[in-house]
Amino acid sequence: MEKTKVIVGLGSCGIAAGAQKIYFKIESLMQTDKLDFELKKTSCIGMCFREPLVEIIDKNGSYLYGNVDEKRITEILEKHIKKNEPINEYVVSTKLFDTEDNKFFDAQVKIALRHCGMIDPESIEEYESQQGYAAIKKIAEEKISYEAIIQSILDSGLRGRGGGGFSTGMKWRFARNNKSDEKYIICNADEGDPGAFMDRSLLEGDPHAVLEGMIIGAYAIGATDGVIYCRAEYPLAIKRLNIAIEQAQQKGYLGKNIVGIEGFNFDIHIKEGAGAFVCGEETALIASVEGERGMPRKRPPFPAESGLWRKPTNINNVETFANIPWIICNGPAAYSKYGTEKSKGTKVFALAGKINHSGLVEVPMGISIRDIIFKLGGGIPNGKKFKAVQLGGPSGGCIPEFLADTIVDYDSVNATGAIMGSGGMVVMDETTCMVDIAKFFLNFTQEESCGKCTFCRIGTKRMLEILNRITEGKGEDSDIAKLEELAIQIKDNSLCGLGQTAPNPVLTTLKYFRDEYEAHIFAKKCPAKACKPLLTYEIIEEKCTGCTICAVKCPVKAITGERKQVHFINQETCIKCGDCFTRCKFEAISLQ
Amino acid sequence: MRIERIKKHKEYQINDKVDLSLIDALIAKYNGKKGNLIPILQGTQQTFGYIPNEAFVKIADETGLKLSDMYGVATFYAQFRLKPVGKYIIKVCHGTACHVQNANLITEALQEYLEVLDGETTDDRLFTLESVACLGCCSLAPAMMISDDTFAKLTGKEAVNIVKNIKIKESN
Repeated sequence: MEKTKVIVGLGSCGIAAGAQKIYFKIESLMQTDKLDFELKKTSCIGMCFREPLVEIIDKNGSYLYGNVDEKRITEILEKHIKKNEPINEYVVSTKLFDTEDNKFFDAQVKIALRHCGMIDPESIEEYESQQGYAAIKKIAEEKISYEAIIQSILDSGLRGRGGGGFSTGMKWRFARNNKSDEKYIICNADEGDPGAFMDRSLLEGDPHAVLEGMIIGAYAIGATDGVIYCRAEYPLAIKRLNIAIEQAQQKGYLGKNIVGIEGFNFDIHIKEGAGAFVCGEETALIASVEGERGMPRKRPPFPAESGLWRKPTNINNVETFANIPWIICNGPAAYSKYGTEKSKGTKVFALAGKINHSGLVEVPMGISIRDIIFKLGGGIPNGKKFKAVQLGGPSGGCIPEFLADTIVDYDSVNATGAIMGSGGMVVMDETTCMVDIAKFFLNFTQEESCGKCTFCRIGTKRMLEILNRITEGKGEDSDIAKLEELAIQIKDNSLCGLGQTAPNPVLTTLKYFRDEYEAHIFAKKCPAKACKPLLTYEIIEEKCTGCTICAVKCPVKAITGERKQVHFINQETCIKCGDCFTRCKFEAISLQ
Repeated sequence: MRIERIKKHKEYQINDKVDLSLIDALIAKYNGKKGNLIPILQGTQQTFGYIPNEAFVKIADETGLKLSDMYGVATFYAQFRLKPVGKYIIKVCHGTACHVQNANLITEALQEYLEVLDGETTDDRLFTLESVACLGCCSLAPAMMISDDTFAKLTGKEAVNIVKNIKIKESN
């Protein structure tokens, strides 16, 4: 009989929630109580809202325990392992009985994330046992030609998952057709969008799938060397990639004459990014790998023609590569049966913000945004109203509630003014101010503009100044028109994607939430009550008990009043810090 | 990636003696390789916590890399620091998810407690406060990272308490 397995989810998010402590606790309990089971590690399964997660697989099946703390794990081991009595109320997901969170997994189709949270990412044997490296072996055994591989990827309809949505097969064909003695394949793991963590989870959870995707790509285009450009902010991903590369080299998946294919020599190196959002852009990324300032170059020539060290180069995103081995193993038709006419397959989304079930989901293209947020994401917390969802990070836009039935495919999302992007979905409720969000993203792109083009460098700065003014209550009548004019100029005249898309957050919020801008400018009010300078704090006379706490704590002594008498806020001196509002125990302070 | 680049409102003297021989091995490893500039700077920063002026000069002398190129790169990327930092670097996440969950309040609370502005180091050189764009823990927002430990679902008060505890531990 197989040993019972206890598996702890040790992705970045799990560790942040305390999973490492749980792992040590299990280790020590295992010794002190002489328990007999196999203790294993895995990565993020996507259910971040229930971290830390511990899965127990016994003879009956799998039980996924959520929100595990040290007390709970002791109890779980005591009952489930020693007495063989699973504690059903702590189980968040299982195939054995109904749980509330089962539906989180039921609606998903896992292709790119097929191994995440299922295998130990630091073990090549576990990857191999799950069809790992089967695709590259199949290519060797069946002597599949590079042309046939490119055709398969074309037939699968796979489009670049980094945001651009360009056909991966076409990209490979361009790179193939350029003759050169040296060619490069680069994996873009510079996941810079604030609010996106798909690539991080994939690299931490299934590094070998990304490597195998790159190896197949290298074979298809004839690449001689591979580079993974990974953010330095992802130390765990880099560590696991290094382990994976070493294991793959030892097993002959990297190096000379890979899997016995005569003359197929290929190796992969990691380049750590140094923290520049613009390096997600292909040509800037190449400049950065070459050791220069990460500034975009003019295209054409495209990287497929003249890229890294002026040699033909193919760049794909992490998620794109993770899909490749699956497509080769299962055939392009199995992949293209999911999705819509022009967007095939599945897409990984990172759900965050004002949403109950934040985490990572993989869904077939064509599902509606509403379904993702309410069926998978469990809706909005604290009974608040769903207002908008931000897609595509700083290059994307806000999709309002009334367009939530938009389906996710590249073209439908583009039609709203947002972009699919790499898959970050940040949900906003009624307390989020849309002008503030636009300002937030513009502040980001303005900081991250590399400075090469005037329109991007100065234009975004001027837009940010206007937005700052608006949120401070100093908006002028002509501001909206000025914003629109600047936005169009920046879009039309910038060299790279960063500048061309930087105004999107402002344009989409202006399109769908113009009334909020107008309220800020003309009425000097923030409808979401988020922009502090536009708020007024007042004491509700009926509720004030005269406890004096607000008056004592007010940093500028703007509150006056006798003990047990109604207090009063002097609006002239009030600095709107909100301290009285958070401190009042009687809800006697109103916010307007 | 720092949302707000370091804005120093006070200059403190750098009196640190730097042992430049610590980067000999690093220079030997990368010397002459193409695309070596960023890895050398990254390695130097890992050794000293920042890139001292003397190190720039030494690297230029020994590798032939141009000072202007190095300085250009070091000031372009958010990762590189040209001034020493505190023993603990507090990175408060200001990614989108953290922003909508009021990450500003965390920075404000820490600024008030540490009496420094964003990007500054405390006088005792114990803490450097930074804002970063996304630590990738969006589902656990708002988050902050101190050294390599991530703290999730914070309030301003909790963040201050975590820093307080480190301070107490350090003074013992």
